Amino acid sequence: MKHTLQQVFRSGKFIFGFSILVAILLIVIIYPLVIPDPPLAIIAQGTFFEPGIYVNVYDSIIAPKYTLNLEGAAAKRIASRLNSDDRLAMKEWLVAVGIPEDEIDIEDTALLLELWETHFDPKTQIAGMTNARRNYYIRLNASLEGLLATEAAIIAVKNPTTGALEEKSVVAQSDFVNANKVANVRLLPLGTDNFGRDVLTELIAAARVSLQIGFVAGIIATSIGLTLGLLAGYIGGIVDDIIMFFTNLFTVIPGLVLLILISFSIGQERRGATTIAIVIGLTSWYWTTRAVRAQVISLRNRDHVNLSKLSGHSIVHIILNDILPYIASYVVMAMILQISSAILAEAGLSILGLGPRTTEVPTLGLMMNWAMIYYAHTLGKWWAYIPVLVTIALITFSMNLMNTGLDQVFNPALRD
Amino acid sequence: MAERKVCLSGSGLTKIYGFGRTRTVAVDHVDFNFYEGEVISIVGESGSGKTTLAKMLLGLTSTTEGEIYFQGQRRDISTQRKKLEYWKNIQAIFQDPFSSYNIFNKIDAVLLDCINMRGGHGFPRAKKVEMMTEACSFVNLKFEELTNKYPFELSGGQMQRLMIARIFLLMPKILIADEPTSMIDACSRATILDMLMGLRDEIGMTIIFITHDIGLAYYVSDSVYIMEKGKFVEYGTADEVILNPKEPYTKRLINDVPKIYEEWDLSTV
Repeated sequence: MKHTLQQVFRSGKFIFGFSILVAILLIVIIYPLVIPDPPLAIIAQGTFFEPGIYVNVYDSIIAPKYTLNLEGAAAKRIASRLNSDDRLAMKEWLVAVGIPEDEIDIEDTALLLELWETHFDPKTQIAGMTNARRNYYIRLNASLEGLLATEAAIIAVKNPTTGALEEKSVVAQSDFVNANKVANVRLLPLGTDNFGRDVLTELIAAARVSLQIGFVAGIIATSIGLTLGLLAGYIGGIVDDIIMFFTNLFTVIPGLVLLILISFSIGQERRGATTIAIVIGLTSWYWTTRAVRAQVISLRNRDHVNLSKLSGHSIVHIILNDILPYIASYVVMAMILQISSAILAEAGLSILGLGPRTTEVPTLGLMMNWAMIYYAHTLGKWWAYIPVLVTIALITFSMNLMNTGLDQVFNPALRD
Repeated sequence: MAERKVCLSGSGLTKIYGFGRTRTVAVDHVDFNFYEGEVISIVGESGSGKTTLAKMLLGLTSTTEGEIYFQGQRRDISTQRKKLEYWKNIQAIFQDPFSSYNIFNKIDAVLLDCINMRGGHGFPRAKKVEMMTEACSFVNLKFEELTNKYPFELSGGQMQRLMIARIFLLMPKILIADEPTSMIDACSRATILDMLMGLRDEIGMTIIFITHDIGLAYYVSDSVYIMEKGKFVEYGTADEVILNPKEPYTKRLINDVPKIYEEWDLSTV
């Protein structure tokens, strides 16, 4: 046993897969301890906020100010409001209204703006220009206002009795706040989703629930499959015939179809994560049964089993001591595969809207489902679904890699 | 040879595997009387049904037809309890020592099973160790060196000797030795055979010796049964059968035994 473990942990593939899985498990366990936010709390008003650091504007006005005279700060400010595409578009307009092309230098912001102010008129009709394009120019023109201003901005508060504005503070262009001194800064590494939830917190909770579903379903499927396989293989005869009849029934019915029908008939209200795990477990045991049965049949006429019989051991003792240890490695491998396929099955069901009900816990499949029905993919909100895909891929990849590693250890024909 | 008592006999014993096109008759209506205290050899080439017959005699495979009589009584192994009683009287050594042991059990466990089977459950540990040591020393193994070892850490010859130690502890009336020396190198072979014969003298059991080597059969046995395609084609005492064979199959088997002093004629093989 110890020897086998040593061998297993010498396989590079197994170690790689195992470390990925352990890393995922650690993150899933430790993250909620560090950041105990409820994963389904809606924090954002609006959908799909981009990933980034969110700094409270009000708090940063109150926060102590530092003056930093940085070179290029003004240029950066201008660039953030007027990018190179906009500059090209402005040149296009100016050329269209008759300015010679060589007089326009799009890098010289002051000159460009001067030309723009004198020549731009939204009423000008330019041949071949669509309405959408014209609206773009109007928006662009509005955003250019005060672009080159260098004066400080004034923060004012409305006096509740007189209604007059009273100057509160002045914000100069070279004023900075230290982000550490701002009371409210929120890091949203993966932005928010369609409901306004923090995607990272939600993703980690979802990975946890999905792994739980995978483990529960995997254990159920493996234990049913193992028990039936051992009985069918060792006892044989009529028991074998009956068990194989049901196993074959399950084999010919496509698993996903069965899963969809059962999920649908349970109804949305009673479909929790555990129910889904049990349903997945109860519909995926059959191939373990077939595989275990085949292994047991090849074992049951071995000499050591015969010797055990001759030594007067009971059937239970023989199955547990002379058959089970010989197929244990295989069963572990089958279980890993069952877990990873259960995670995929849950994702598949949830994408179709047949997963656990949506109010309690997120799962990886549910996150995919939400991203899909709120058009995250067509809107280009990658942070709502790509991290989920990567997580699913990583979990199943690590498990399949572990399996390949184990296979190489236990199956000498595959060793490098 | 005045009073030869029959200890195991069979009438019309048949085993058929499969059905339809895959139907194979492994053992075909064989009748035999094995006498107490003798060494009986069953000789035949691979696939002649020797091992199937052995398994039927052991009760590890069901019989398709025919009856087996043990000490004059019809054998009854319908329940686990009756099987256990039967297996106290009839034991086996298998062909391949490497696959005969459960690789997850230590050697002590193998021997302890035998003591327990002979009703030694309640023995104090010291007595069990003493019994195991005695059994091991009978086959020239040192029990102290074997404790906490796994069977696969031994050599093939040692494993097969451990099998004999097992039989020493079990003291069955009949031992079925299914080609016990065919996987062993030639030097260990004679040792194993000598030990088997020594054990027979010690506890007075009947040995049913299954082999493909007719020379070996002649060397060890009192009676020889020649098996061809599931049938006993010729049987009698070793001298009768081997020195004066009647069947062409027997003659062929005898000719197939290589003789060191003659040039081999491979064209007839």
